[in-house]
Amino acid sequence: MDWVNAIVQGTLLGGLYALFAAGLSLIFGVMRLVNIAHGDLIVMAAYLGLTVTATVGLHPLAALAIVVPAMALIGYVLQRGLLNQTLGEDLLPPLLVTFGLSVILQNGLLEVYTADPQKMDAGALETASIAMGGLTLGVLPVLTFAIAVAVIWALQWTFYHTAVGRAFRAVSDNQDIAQLMGLNRRHVFGLAMALALGVTAIAGILLGIRTSFDPSIGGGRLIFGFEAVIIGGLGNLWGTLAGGVILGIAQTVGAKIDPGFQILAGHLAFLIILAIRPNGLFPRIAA
Amino acid sequence: MPEPILNIQGLKAFYGDFQALYGVDMYIEPGEVLAIIGANGAGKTTLMRSVTGLLSNGPGQIHFQGNDISQLRADEVAMQGLAMVPEGRQLFPSLTVKENLMIGAQVGRQGPWNLDAVYRLFPILEERKDQASTSLSGGQQQMVAIGRALMANPDLIMFDEISLGLAPIVIKDIYAALPGIINGGMSAIIVEQDIAQALKVSSRVYCLQEGRVSLEGASDKVSREEISRAYFGIE
Ligand SMILES: Nc1ncnc2c1ncn2[C@@H]1O[C@H](COP(=O)(O)OP(=O)(O)OP(=O)(O)O)[C@@H](O)[C@H]1O
Ligand SMILES: [Mg+2]
Repeated sequence: MDWVNAIVQGTLLGGLYALFAAGLSLIFGVMRLVNIAHGDLIVMAAYLGLTVTATVGLHPLAALAIVVPAMALIGYVLQRGLLNQTLGEDLLPPLLVTFGLSVILQNGLLEVYTADPQKMDAGALETASIAMGGLTLGVLPVLTFAIAVAVIWALQWTFYHTAVGRAFRAVSDNQDIAQLMGLNRRHVFGLAMALALGVTAIAGILLGIRTSFDPSIGGGRLIFGFEAVIIGGLGNLWGTLAGGVILGIAQTVGAKIDPGFQILAGHLAFLIILAIRPNGLFPRIAA
Repeated sequence: MPEPILNIQGLKAFYGDFQALYGVDMYIEPGEVLAIIGANGAGKTTLMRSVTGLLSNGPGQIHFQGNDISQLRADEVAMQGLAMVPEGRQLFPSLTVKENLMIGAQVGRQGPWNLDAVYRLFPILEERKDQASTSLSGGQQQMVAIGRALMANPDLIMFDEISLGLAPIVIKDIYAALPGIINGGMSAIIVEQDIAQALKVSSRVYCLQEGRVSLEGASDKVSREEISRAYFGIE
């Protein structure tokens, strides 16, 4: 039963990792941008949530109504004002610029919020649990997983059933021809980043309710998200969810074997899958 | 002479240090079908890319319906009513046939062309509408590329080598559809390697040679000798 429990808890944890990863996957899929600052943006969203809950007195989940649009707006401005300038044939400039952005964000957060660990108070939600078939499931992890599934589903639906999703795919296929169709790729990229950071806001708030956070933890979240994307296969959002779940299970099972083994087990699972299936488990079917 | 719908004056184009066009002058009147011929590498595609805004130009070199479009972005040029069927078709592989057509309408211009009208022109596309565009034959893909450009309801449509890589019978079908496209008063520029075909469908012809206009004339007046001289540059 203990092992079943570890696997179930890992699956639920995977939902959070999938949320870390979804924005990363989306941005890479649409504009081939690897955003090194992604983890720090997650942490920034958590801090924004903290500020909103502290000043307005909202429940962290209600704060989403403010933080999601705020992060989306930041995403659009960031893309049009800075990141669009770095995109081109060469993959190095966006890497360098987002790396620099990562450093700036970390130091900015440090300046404003100090290095003290913070946590958002979600009241009863944090301790509530439900008993199911001999297992005790935390309501928060279950909710997180459900939100992750809903977000992935919504992104998938947006991609395949809306005009903006069509624009994302067209620009990803061929920027020049998409431009001929009246799509301004700079604007389309801005929208993609807005959507990605909207998802990042959800990830950040759920992270901040689940554990304590400080300005330095962005890098770790980036790695988890990155691993989930690669395990699942680039450009496949359901694969990203599967990747998050595999990573989550590897970590909880690893922790069960030895508590110090948790993070390493996740990285090992990632390396093994990368060695066996370099394109991930569910790569997008090549055209 | 009516005001040209497109007027190109002294157009120069560069790829880095390499100059591909050396001061091209060209015009097309409303409702006219213009042919552009020229050997491989003469600069035909470059000319299309400059006009559509995919290459950047100096100011004042390209006027469309009286407006200077030389320095507009490609999406802004498209919205003014200029569409292109690119060389090699270049459909979006991630989009279905229907989605490829619908994205052509993204510019939001009203007019006779919509999904139904395109399906009437090319009925096979309605049968294949939910398939991936890459699963179609070359000829069918060309139909999608043409339909996609028409969906923008352009005032001027440019075809860059529509017969490239297609079987003769398919080329015949595509050209048979052309009058149905242009009858609505649309102007058209046709870039074509098959000189006889180009002369047959057009009223005037330009020949490009190494980035310069080497011949300009009425399609039924230019002689074979003039063309081969302009085409190959042999005196
Ligand atoms: N992306 C590019 N970078 C550098 N040079 C280019 C590029 N595209 C075209 N050229 C050069 O510009 C010149 C004109 O090319 P262009 O493609 O316009 O010719 P074309 O008349 O369309 O030829 P084709 O009949 O083969 O399509 C050629 O010398 C070509 O090598
Ligand atoms: Mg060409």
